[in-house]
Amino acid sequence: MTAVAPEPSLVVEHPLQRPRLPKLAPLIAAVIAAAAAVLLGLSLGWGVAPIVVTGGLIYLVGLSTWSRLVENARAATDRLVTSLVWTALVIALIPLISLLYTVISKGSSSINAKFLTWSMRNVLDGPGGIYHAIMGTLIITLGAAIISVPIGLLAAVYLVEYGQHSRLASWIRFLVDVMTGIPSIVAGLFAYALFSIIVGPGTQMGFGGSVALSILMIPIVVRSSEEMLKLVPTDLREASYALGVPKWKTILKVVIPTAMAGIITGVTLAIARVIGETAPLLIICGATDSVNLNPFSGQMASLPVFIYSSYQSPGANPEVLRQMAWGAALVLIIIVMALNILARVLGKVLSPKTGH
Amino acid sequence: MAKSIDVSDLNIYYSDFLAVENVNMTIKARSVTALIGPSGCGKSTFLRTLNRMHEVIPGARVEGKVAVDGQSLYDSAVDPVEVRRMVGMVFQRPNPFPTMSIAENVLAGLRLNNKKLTKSEAADVVERSLQGANLWNEVKDRLGKPGMGLSGGQQQRLCIARAIAVEPQVLLMDEPCSALDPISTSAVEDLIHELKEQYTIVIVTHNMQQAARVSEDTAFFNLAGAGKPGRLIEMNPTKKIFSVPDEEATEAYISGRFG
Repeated sequence: MTAVAPEPSLVVEHPLQRPRLPKLAPLIAAVIAAAAAVLLGLSLGWGVAPIVVTGGLIYLVGLSTWSRLVENARAATDRLVTSLVWTALVIALIPLISLLYTVISKGSSSINAKFLTWSMRNVLDGPGGIYHAIMGTLIITLGAAIISVPIGLLAAVYLVEYGQHSRLASWIRFLVDVMTGIPSIVAGLFAYALFSIIVGPGTQMGFGGSVALSILMIPIVVRSSEEMLKLVPTDLREASYALGVPKWKTILKVVIPTAMAGIITGVTLAIARVIGETAPLLIICGATDSVNLNPFSGQMASLPVFIYSSYQSPGANPEVLRQMAWGAALVLIIIVMALNILARVLGKVLSPKTGH
Repeated sequence: MAKSIDVSDLNIYYSDFLAVENVNMTIKARSVTALIGPSGCGKSTFLRTLNRMHEVIPGARVEGKVAVDGQSLYDSAVDPVEVRRMVGMVFQRPNPFPTMSIAENVLAGLRLNNKKLTKSEAADVVERSLQGANLWNEVKDRLGKPGMGLSGGQQQRLCIARAIAVEPQVLLMDEPCSALDPISTSAVEDLIHELKEQYTIVIVTHNMQQAARVSEDTAFFNLAGAGKPGRLIEMNPTKKIFSVPDEEATEAYISGRFG
């Protein structure tokens, strides 16, 4: 026996170790792809967009081919799909970031104390303020929330706790879905017609805007609250019933608190959805340059309508009003963001505690 | 104050499907009655008819009579909410209310039923119920912490504390130990032994040793085949069931020669 047999422990039938690309492989591939695309683009005289697209394609093909040569087919597929997912994320973020960048860069210069506290009343030349529009937007949206949240939440409670699979419940679900698709201008026309009948022809007031927006909000609140209430485990309802708690109290004290975080998120999303609506407010609230804090009488300004009219009919000082429109857009975005942050904080505070 | 339960000619339906057929039994006060049988034979369904939880499921209904100390539960004048205050229930999976602390969970039955409690009364109820559920020593320093933070076995004992805090007269337990480890199971079984001094207990279990350990009487349910209704095969003192049962089917099930 001259040849020494390999030690049994070293004979591995299924090796776990395989060749791997270096950790920085995606980065290296990206740099090479970018360089190749830029060289190719410059030599052929392309614009930016074709260069980016070509670079992306070179990266995808190059990295997965490299991986297939060194690693194996599964790893190559993994790298390809990972890159595709990242590409999708970047594409989805580009408009958002570009929008934020544009609004902030163009709007931030016009924001100052006067901008936030003055109205446009009797402003003949030079910049005025958007206080009237901010207050209008807040009042109208608050009114819409006050109308839609109880109706939407109670409808969701009916759908989940009482209607369930009954015919009425499925009809309500269908109609709510139809309502989700109502064009906002139709909601505005509806409110305009409604108040023309109730109050008098041609009535324009802030509360009408609230009604129009609540038509857009209610279906979102119903659907999101319904989903949240459905997530509450049946176990909890049964535990409550078994303690001799009546059904209405079980819903009020057990089901809704358990779903509260999700309901608040849904309501915030609904508010964010309607706070930027222009068309219905243009019809039912009109536009004014003065502060009007009474939603039940007279025209009421709002940020979207202010932005629209500043662009549409800038009057004698087009440059100043365009500048103000950007500032108003920034304020609107800040309001929506503040609402979202508030909702997240409330959701954290109210969500079921796990004790960890 | 514990009460006996008389069940006569009880048929239980889910919509048109007859789930349990023609049950007649008497459950003694201040004792533990175990319900055993294969899955799907209607033990849990039957248990849920004893506090009118069965009808919570849409389309579910019963025919026949269930009487607690002579009061018929299914009389048209009976409010199911009142029945459930008298007949408490512990479920298979621990289900403390996630939005409430340990103390609030114990008090949930009283608070949600509008009972006004002073601080000291509330503290009293919390301590008594948690003592009763053998949980006091483990949680007395963190009564304000969320109930969901406890271990599975502790959560189940918290649910038992919550059930006995409303001082029911009958306690129904639907496989209370099936999600628990042996140590927690043993704690719950000890608890059942203590509770039967005061309460009438009906327990559904898949664990025959458990039935033998904790119960005075055992009822064996069985079903003839899939889609057929479950029936009560035999009800006898536990000692007799596990040694010389009357029925061949019981013997077969208990000794593992099922079918």
